Amino acid sequence: MMEKIPKIRGYRRQNGRVGIRNHVVVLSVDDISNAACEGVARVIQGVLPLPHAYGRLQFGEDLELFFRTMIGTGSNPNVAAAVVIGIEPGWTGRIVEGIASTGKPVAGFSIERSGDLKIIHEASRKALEYVQGASELAREECSLDEVYVSVKCGESDTTTGLASCPTVGHVVDYLVEIGGTASFGETTELTGAEHIVKKRAATPEVGEAFMKMWTDYNDFINRHKTDDLSESQPTKGNIRGGLTTIEEKAMGNIQKIGKSSRYVGVLKPALAPSGKGLWFMDTSSAAAEAVTLWAASGAVLHLFPTGQGNVIGNPIEPVIKISGNPLTCSTMSEHIDLDVSSILTGEMTLEQAGGELLNLMVRTCNGRLTAAEALGHREFVMTKLYRSA
Amino acid sequence: MRQFLVHDTRDNVGVAVVDIEPGQAVAGAALDNGQILHVTASQAIPLGHKIALKDLKLGGTVIKYGEDIGKVVANIRTGEHVHVHNLKTKRW
Repeated sequence: MMEKIPKIRGYRRQNGRVGIRNHVVVLSVDDISNAACEGVARVIQGVLPLPHAYGRLQFGEDLELFFRTMIGTGSNPNVAAAVVIGIEPGWTGRIVEGIASTGKPVAGFSIERSGDLKIIHEASRKALEYVQGASELAREECSLDEVYVSVKCGESDTTTGLASCPTVGHVVDYLVEIGGTASFGETTELTGAEHIVKKRAATPEVGEAFMKMWTDYNDFINRHKTDDLSESQPTKGNIRGGLTTIEEKAMGNIQKIGKSSRYVGVLKPALAPSGKGLWFMDTSSAAAEAVTLWAASGAVLHLFPTGQGNVIGNPIEPVIKISGNPLTCSTMSEHIDLDVSSILTGEMTLEQAGGELLNLMVRTCNGRLTAAEALGHREFVMTKLYRSA
Repeated sequence: MRQFLVHDTRDNVGVAVVDIEPGQAVAGAALDNGQILHVTASQAIPLGHKIALKDLKLGGTVIKYGEDIGKVVANIRTGEHVHVHNLKTKRW
């Protein structure tokens, strides 16, 4: 593909990690602090508020995932600084401390005994300081292997298995080869190809760890399903595009992990990889939920093959859309960053498509906005494991 | 000009890469060895949908990517559209 590891211009953070965006986020600890977070974003220009629906009375593993997601989001290398607002100081402080351990500027505010107006005032002063500080940070030369990349497809059809997923797979093989870090997941959507994924593990132990995660998720579906899931997996969009069964969808999905790469470990949702290479993360297959988990694990760039045209974006990590469906590329062109439909007609090889994607990744790392960023797609959707207490 | 693609020569279905009309004689390429296959479509096969390359009996298995992608739930003749009306998952 490319002989030398491509250079990019990124932001090297206090802990050495490389980001490709420079956000100042206003993190809401809980649903009832969303109004104050959005208030700060109305006062101070250039901050990114992250309202969401959860953060109250969660417990056990679900609460741990909540904290991992919040702290991980604020710690992402695409974030320059974070303002955290919660209803009370306890959980707010825990999130501030977690983010502070990266060395990043972070400050917490709690609403009780102050009220929204006073907190919006105080948090806005801090946000002003952070935004001005971030605006003076300069991009510096970094290397593509320092960019942690996540991959997941959505609204797949048979063209994703033929063109866009193998294009991403080509790039994943390359990233692993140059010593980069990448992650795939979508546990349920590997159903029908789980035996193949198991064999792609670097060691038998890692393969067994994957099978345990897959089996647990499959058992959960079997416990809660009310039908054969044919209304949800494949989705109505998948079916319209020609995909018939979950097995067929899974076979298309796994083209994203390339041919030569082996995954070196499995990750709980939102957990950061502890080293280089390809990692499996246990995620839902719903796009916004899954990409939010990867951003919380530290991924700074996402590759998203789509067939029928999933329009998802993420506030923290830019999402590059790749499609091999000529109908989607012509009817939804504003959403598609890379059209690889000429693979279907034989006018483009997978190697050429991979080279084009790599080139687009470098440009995106250097600051080029993706279609989803330009269109304002900022879906921040937390995964919730079960109901609150 | 090819109208469909086949992931693996063991497959008994191909994927239309253009909209195929009923009665159209179509050619397809196998991605693993470049072999060219010919079949006549008996039904409309929209872009991205599957066309049967062989007669498939009720209870049989549809193979794509060289792998089992589900069970045949209604007899399928060569050239017919293969989708949710005649193919179902073996999972869930």
